[in-house]
Amino acid sequence: MVDTAQTDERIKEISPLRKALIRPELGGIVGTIAVFVLFLLFASDSGMFASQGVLNWSLVSAQFMIIAVGACLLMIAGEFDLSVGSMIGFAGMMVAVFGVVLGWPMWLTILTTFAICMAIGALNGWIVVKTGLPSFIVTLAFLFILRGFTIFIPQTIERKTIIGGIRDAAEGDWLAPIFGGKIGQPLFQWLGDIGVIDVFERGSRAGQPVVDGVPMLIVWAIALVIFGHILLTKTRFGNWIFASGGDAEAARNSGVPVNRVKILMFVFTAFCATVFATCQVMEFGSAGADRGLLKEFEAIIAVVIGGALLTGGYGSVLGAALGALIFGVVQQGLFFAGVESSLFRVFLGIILLAAVILNTYIRRIITGER
Amino acid sequence: MNTRSTHEPIIRMQNIEKHFGSVIALAGVSIEVYPGECHCLLGDNGAGKSTFIKTMSGVHKPTNGEILFGGRPMNFESPRDAMDAGIATVHQHLAMIPLMSVSRNFFMGNEPVKKVLGFNLFDHDYANKITMEEMRKMGINLRGPDQAVGTLSGGERQTVAIARAVHFGAKVLILDEPTSALGVRQTANVLATIDKVRKQDIAVVFITHNVRHAMAVGDRFTVLNRGQTLGTAQRGQITPEELQDMMAGGQEMVALEGSLGGTV
Ligand SMILES: Nc1ncnc2c1ncn2[C@@H]1O[C@H](COP(=O)(O)OP(=O)(O)OP(=O)(O)O)[C@@H](O)[C@H]1O
Ligand SMILES: [Mg+2]
Repeated sequence: MVDTAQTDERIKEISPLRKALIRPELGGIVGTIAVFVLFLLFASDSGMFASQGVLNWSLVSAQFMIIAVGACLLMIAGEFDLSVGSMIGFAGMMVAVFGVVLGWPMWLTILTTFAICMAIGALNGWIVVKTGLPSFIVTLAFLFILRGFTIFIPQTIERKTIIGGIRDAAEGDWLAPIFGGKIGQPLFQWLGDIGVIDVFERGSRAGQPVVDGVPMLIVWAIALVIFGHILLTKTRFGNWIFASGGDAEAARNSGVPVNRVKILMFVFTAFCATVFATCQVMEFGSAGADRGLLKEFEAIIAVVIGGALLTGGYGSVLGAALGALIFGVVQQGLFFAGVESSLFRVFLGIILLAAVILNTYIRRIITGER
Repeated sequence: MNTRSTHEPIIRMQNIEKHFGSVIALAGVSIEVYPGECHCLLGDNGAGKSTFIKTMSGVHKPTNGEILFGGRPMNFESPRDAMDAGIATVHQHLAMIPLMSVSRNFFMGNEPVKKVLGFNLFDHDYANKITMEEMRKMGINLRGPDQAVGTLSGGERQTVAIARAVHFGAKVLILDEPTSALGVRQTANVLATIDKVRKQDIAVVFITHNVRHAMAVGDRFTVLNRGQTLGTAQRGQITPEELQDMMAGGQEMVALEGSLGGTV
């Protein structure tokens, strides 16, 4: 066999800095830094970076993150789910119907809701895989179907579109705190005692810290991001996700179970939507028929800001998480800075455009696309 | 080389038919492939060569006909089944994903795992090491195993696909026009690799339009024409000229060759 030299003279040395920078998340990293610098400069005295302000935008970002992780993995696998927002409304309503109207124990209510929603996710995926229709169309149908049921069910059985009393129904349940509780209270009490975070001066909660723990919503967000990142980059299933979205035919010919991968990603997206919904109804104490409106687009925007390719096969969960963080910080930051809320959309549009241009440029360097 | 007649074929395809709607792509093709032989599949464009090897590698289910693998009837439901049986394929359209790195492509569907804290994780170090090694053996120096396949030239991509199949083809290696985009040195490498693999008692199915390449490594030659076998010839029983004529469907070639001054 022909012998070849060990080094290749046709390769330019790439500096370690450049190599470290050229990664799918770069757009998200740059965007996050830009957004924080901007708000530190213009809104630092607004309370946005005091403990309560931090909690506020962290919660909003965490919400975006939970659905962005699902949307990200699904998009990399080459599919969309436009029914995420409707699924959030539907899942919340299921919790209210089973837990409040039917009076089931909350743990059974939550488990049943997850089972139903994940089954609907599987149905979405199954239809897409079996018919070969674009997931865009199939899940658009479910956007309407699920929203319709979310309005129809409470109106038929309770003659209203909001069902309350969920917090009472969850009282003392063992599973509900996983979605509605907080963790780390002793740590926050201690931080309050030593003066790192503010404490209430007066009233029944005097002496208690204004932020008394990390809401489970944030714990879920972080856990899902870590899970999604490891799954995508460090497991063989992750390789199958990339392959299924990159070229389903080539993946199939190489022995990747493409249909199973895609269906599972639809199920996972539904799981994320249900986590979102359950945390939300636990926090609000009620389910509303209009919950989750437009969330599918917000999730997709976060994912795209995070460097994923709309046509699949490329992307990063960490990037999507940063996209969600940018989304949350901008939305709440403009509120803190007292900027007219309609300008949020202008801001969002600019960030979306800038991030996508940067991401496209980086992706071309990495993948040799032309 | 003629010892093969003393042992069983590793794969025997009997009267394979494949219909795509009203198109009859294969109308009853039978061949057998023995361990340690290179079986060349030749024929015009559209003769059904790719379709035929796709039924062998689990991509298509034959409409009719039987596949015997190691003497037992085999029903490949998916490429996965064929792969698990030890059949690796280089498809004409390569089955490479441009957005993914070379090593991710190399191990696509066959990812090595290592246990970390009880979890099965993709062993990237091992994958990267093997990829670089196998590519070097084929005469290609990669910039790095994390280089995306999209940044490779057509021939380099083809080499990755071949290296991958050689690495995973435990019993049968199927190559569908593997040298169509390769340079002189890489082609020589591929032919040498086929020879080496064959000596390890692996069966090779080699599709090519190049009679010289076929003659260089083939033990037997089967010519397909319009979905049917024109016949199988042993090495030494057929001249390159006869083979060339059979591939092109006979007579017309003589006339063509005359008009081109015998250069084809
Ligand atoms: N998926 C399909 N659907 C319909 N017809 C098909 C399909 N695949 C192949 N065919 C038809 O089957 C016939 C054989 O095609 P095939 O790709 O097997 O030819 P081939 O011998 O590999 O040709 P080439 O040398 O050009 O690669 C062609 O007429 C082709 O149009
Ligand atoms: Mg072909």
